[in-house]
Amino acid sequence: MIRRAPRGLAEHAPILFPALMLVVFFVIPFSLMIAVSVFRRVPGGFYEPDLVFANYERFLTTFFGGVMSFSLGLAALVAALSVGIAFPFTYRLVKLPRGAQIRWLVFLLSILSLSEVIIGFAWSTLLSRTAGITNLFVALGLMAEPQSLSPSFGALLAGLVYQAFPYTVLVLYPALARLDPYLEEAARTLGSSPLRAFFTVVVPGLRNTIVATTIMVFVFALGSYLLPQLLGRPQHWTLSVLITDQAIYQSNMPFAAAMAVFLVLVSLALVGLALLAGRREETA
Amino acid sequence: MLMRTLNSLAAGLIALVLAAPILVVAGVSVNEKKALTFPPQGFSLAWYAEVFTDPGWRGALITSLVVATLSAALAVLIAFPLAWFLWRWRAPWARAFEVLGMTPFILPPVITALGFLSFWAAVGEYGSPWTVVVSHAVFFVTLPLVTLSLGFGAVDRSYVEAAATMGADDRTVLRTVVMPLVRPYVISGFAFAFVLSLNEYIVAYMVVGFTLETLPIKIFNALRYGYTPTMAAVTVLFVSLTAVVFGLIAWFGDLPRLLGAWAKND
Repeated sequence: MIRRAPRGLAEHAPILFPALMLVVFFVIPFSLMIAVSVFRRVPGGFYEPDLVFANYERFLTTFFGGVMSFSLGLAALVAALSVGIAFPFTYRLVKLPRGAQIRWLVFLLSILSLSEVIIGFAWSTLLSRTAGITNLFVALGLMAEPQSLSPSFGALLAGLVYQAFPYTVLVLYPALARLDPYLEEAARTLGSSPLRAFFTVVVPGLRNTIVATTIMVFVFALGSYLLPQLLGRPQHWTLSVLITDQAIYQSNMPFAAAMAVFLVLVSLALVGLALLAGRREETA
Repeated sequence: MLMRTLNSLAAGLIALVLAAPILVVAGVSVNEKKALTFPPQGFSLAWYAEVFTDPGWRGALITSLVVATLSAALAVLIAFPLAWFLWRWRAPWARAFEVLGMTPFILPPVITALGFLSFWAAVGEYGSPWTVVVSHAVFFVTLPLVTLSLGFGAVDRSYVEAAATMGADDRTVLRTVVMPLVRPYVISGFAFAFVLSLNEYIVAYMVVGFTLETLPIKIFNALRYGYTPTMAAVTVLFVSLTAVVFGLIAWFGDLPRLLGAWAKND
């Protein structure tokens, strides 16, 4: 079988269906959304083609600026916490026997595929007054009476890190599983303690992977939509919540689209940075 | 010794925190009274029965299963020819479609959801039940695309060359040599897309949320308009279903390898 460029319709035929589907149902909707962001809103929930930048200007107000900086700060905090916990965890995970590794992976995949709705429900139950963890503290005599810990910033943060943790482990897993064990063994033979070998050999060796993963988790957390509504207070609502609110409840598609375009630009820039960081290590 | 104890302790703590919300929800789901209390008072499986007998919950369950099955199948139908084409031919331009297939999954989901909302509204199909199937298929096409690229990458080209030398054409090679080798990756790609579609909220909500209720939408609405232990029962059923699906993948396939680790003796 020779791998050459495909010729003629017959050889090109297999890619026609996927190409058509992706262009019609992804490229066109995406372009349409960008177009709508400069359309003029007509009162009553509609919009008409135009070229106005009012939607983008509105974005520069202090209110939306505040929401934007809160979303970015929250995502950064979630990314730092998730990677900080997941990196040492994954490092231990890849050293476990195969059976134990697989059990952990199935468990993590199950948590990963939980819907944001279910995570939100589970955490709000866990932190509630009637069915929550404070009942356990009362039973242990650590607390006088049960109390509600949600909604709050802490509850939101816990939910988001919970949601991001399995994702972070699975992004780190291939890099750590492929890490050359001899490097660390060499450090150990030369007299390093395991902790010292971890911080002087493993962490610097995977610095780019850590940076790339942090950025990926950042973008993942930036997309959180339900948890801020279920575990946070209105001041904890993120850009995703606001976009949906404008699109569905305020019927202001052009403004929602303008915010979405902004979110796309931020995300793409970050994903680009992550890819760049990941690539350098491969060539190094 | 001390390190080992600390390590096991940390792993145990992480396992406990990861499992805690599910354990509490499982406790709530067997509560006898119609209230969210933990530890549960009494024991009853009535809320599990209600998932299947209450028309609202049963309808949402069936809707979710149908949507997840159809959209995962469509995602595989889009991903398979693309991954095969990239593997079979030298066509660098076709990589653009691969990147396109990866993008919806990398960007925050609200963006894809909003794109679909404007698209379906523009073509006058907003709210039609089938639009959520197409939307989910495109949104989750990344997953079969990733597993299938791994699968084709693992095919030993000398088998293919041997078959071609003996006179097999492309179609025969695909059917008799390639297909059996990539089948586990097709199945896992389908399973990933199926499980994620089952749990997806925002795309489904923006596309058909007012005309078709999937389970996540039903749960979210129930959360806003009053708790019922049925939600807890549904949650437990979902988590179990997911664990079974991935357990089966691990049982039949090489899970660490599917997730990108090299096999032990590579």
